[in-house]
Amino acid sequence: MLETYISQALYGVSYGLLLFMLAAGLTLIFSMMGVLNFAHASFYMLGAYIAYQISTWIGFWLALVLAPLVLFLVGALVERWGLRRVHKWGHVPELLFTFGLSYIIVELVQVIWGRQAVPYRVPPALDGPVDWLLRYDITFPEYRMFMMAVAIAMLLALWLVLTRTRIGLVIQAALTHPQQVEALGHNVPRVFMLVFGAGSALAGLAGVVGGNAFVTQPDMANTVGAIIFVIIIVGGLGSLAGAFCAALLIGLLENFGKAEDWSAASLLTNLGLHIGPETPGYAVLKLTVSQVTPVLPYLLLVLILIVRPKGLLGTRED
Amino acid sequence: MNRRHVVSCITAAAAAIFVVSVSAQTKPAAPKAAATATAPAQTVKIAYIDPQSGPFAGVGANLLKHFQFSADLVNAQQLAGPGIKFEMVVFDNKASPQETLTALKHVIDQGIRYVVQGQGSGAALALIDAIDKHNERNPSQSILFLNYAAVDPDLTNSKCSFWHFRFDANTDMKMEALTAYIKDRPEVKNVFLINQNYSHGHQVSRVAKELLARKRPDVKVVGDDLHPLGQVRDFAPYIAKMRAASADTVITGNWGPDLALLVRAARDAGLNANFYTYYGGVIGTPTAVGPAGENRMRMVAYWHPNITPDYPGEKLYQDFKKRFGEEFYAVATYSALTLLADTIKRTKSTDPLRVAYAMEGAKWAGLNGDIEMRASDHQLLQPLWIVSWTKVGGPNKNDIEKTGFTWKTEVSYPTYVASQPTSCTMKRPALP
Repeated sequence: MLETYISQALYGVSYGLLLFMLAAGLTLIFSMMGVLNFAHASFYMLGAYIAYQISTWIGFWLALVLAPLVLFLVGALVERWGLRRVHKWGHVPELLFTFGLSYIIVELVQVIWGRQAVPYRVPPALDGPVDWLLRYDITFPEYRMFMMAVAIAMLLALWLVLTRTRIGLVIQAALTHPQQVEALGHNVPRVFMLVFGAGSALAGLAGVVGGNAFVTQPDMANTVGAIIFVIIIVGGLGSLAGAFCAALLIGLLENFGKAEDWSAASLLTNLGLHIGPETPGYAVLKLTVSQVTPVLPYLLLVLILIVRPKGLLGTRED
Repeated sequence: MNRRHVVSCITAAAAAIFVVSVSAQTKPAAPKAAATATAPAQTVKIAYIDPQSGPFAGVGANLLKHFQFSADLVNAQQLAGPGIKFEMVVFDNKASPQETLTALKHVIDQGIRYVVQGQGSGAALALIDAIDKHNERNPSQSILFLNYAAVDPDLTNSKCSFWHFRFDANTDMKMEALTAYIKDRPEVKNVFLINQNYSHGHQVSRVAKELLARKRPDVKVVGDDLHPLGQVRDFAPYIAKMRAASADTVITGNWGPDLALLVRAARDAGLNANFYTYYGGVIGTPTAVGPAGENRMRMVAYWHPNITPDYPGEKLYQDFKKRFGEEFYAVATYSALTLLADTIKRTKSTDPLRVAYAMEGAKWAGLNGDIEMRASDHQLLQPLWIVSWTKVGGPNKNDIEKTGFTWKTEVSYPTYVASQPTSCTMKRPALP
């Protein structure tokens, strides 16, 4: 039984870390520029497709490096030639811009790679279970381990850049006092461009490792689009640490929730009450936790917005 | 200046959304009605209402090829009579019942009288209901629904309709065959049911439990899960659950990515269980299964390519593969269009009412043997096979999706064994 819990926790953490990679870029861009980037999940998808394309030419490992770089360029270009022009007119045009962009990217991907899933595969070196975990009777794919390692390395790198480098300090300063930073002679628009590019690169990186762990298809942006917004709102808009906690929370919630088979009806039956199809509300009572699990993140979102609108670790009061 | 920019930005966004929504409907709406019974019909338009976007887009695109292939055959061989051509018109229902009804409105507006649909019994149930109502109110514009893959038994039992014909075997029939096979497999002890949370998944789960209890009362059902349709990215938690329940057998009605991702997660986690599937042969799943499914994956099917020495169809299978580079497996698409063509030829009419009456009780030699469209419930009676995933070799020579693996017949059930009684009381409209 313990083995089951451990392996479920591992799956939950690895999924949560993937979500964090996605949410990190989104929350970074939001805290920096005040832009809720609706196209973020599309960058994730684009990352997967570009990685697939590169991996068919020169292999997965170079794709792992190159695809995020391509996404960095795409993001920077989008900021420089699109978002920056719209930025002057306020947040609604920005929102509309990224919204439209997300559709354009999905359509472009379908034009180039078609509507079907592409055969983007896990590299053979990482295709198999983790050996040392097998000894404890836990089967956990090596690739998931690798995914976790990439996410943690990314988290560390991000943290080091933001707190230990000059550009990180400028970014942090530009977060709260952009005019002052500009007055000190820093090129704030360029910082914006870099941040948007970096955020897109993070989404791309998540796409590179997530695309072959799950499935690379035009619909993949949709399947994560909603959940990453839940994560950054639950974690607190603009808070990296909050996004980290929320992503892990949701990853674990989804994994453990799906494994639970009890329902309100079975609980009440255990309490000695008679519950059957004739009981009022039986259709709701008999829903098992595993059936309700897909809704739980959104329930959490609503609860957080009611109880603690600034999110778990958010600092903004607005 | 400021306002102009905002306006142009919003216009651009609106334009982008407009472009997207237009492109989602694969063919632009033709303004006027084309083929009807009254005009000397040369082209019979057939509406294909199935997913062209979303998680099931891949399956939708592949099955459309099946129909185009079959329609081309009908046209080339003039199966519907001289000068009568079939034309497929595509509508995207995104696998959703609501979108299906929107698509049906377009079908009606364009004067199309024949509809094929199959991916999702939820959509089929919505369609059967809406078409019944439409035909009752507009008898001169009636529409005929040829269902090639929606297998919810209700469609030919409690919800049966004169305007609906089913060319796939339904869940009652398929599960009857699967459990007849399981009856003689002593290694099946702990069965785990996992299905999509909609009408089809519910039916598979219900019928499996019923029939297992009857045929193998010693078998324990150790799990019975329903998951959202086309939404699950990661099946790992379900696999962990199967392992914890020590399941040795998994029975699933999942199709498309829901099955491909399920078996892939099982393979990644090294789950030691046999999979009994309905749709292991649907595009993408064989690739996802690969060598890991050897002798582990089974499927209940109404046809498979390695029966072709004894049955016609070898050439069709090869031609399809050559033309599209994909597998030809949904023979129901061929059965549906050839029966429709033959009936139009026999009755010399493209009026759905006359055609429907003439299709009732039709018996003909299909690609999978002698088959019959039962008049009482419009369910096609056909033989079934239980097949297993095995290495290419000997008589099992057709490599599926370049995996090096293929289907081998374990058991075949002739038509009379695979048939099930129906509770349908058909209401038939009067012939003019």
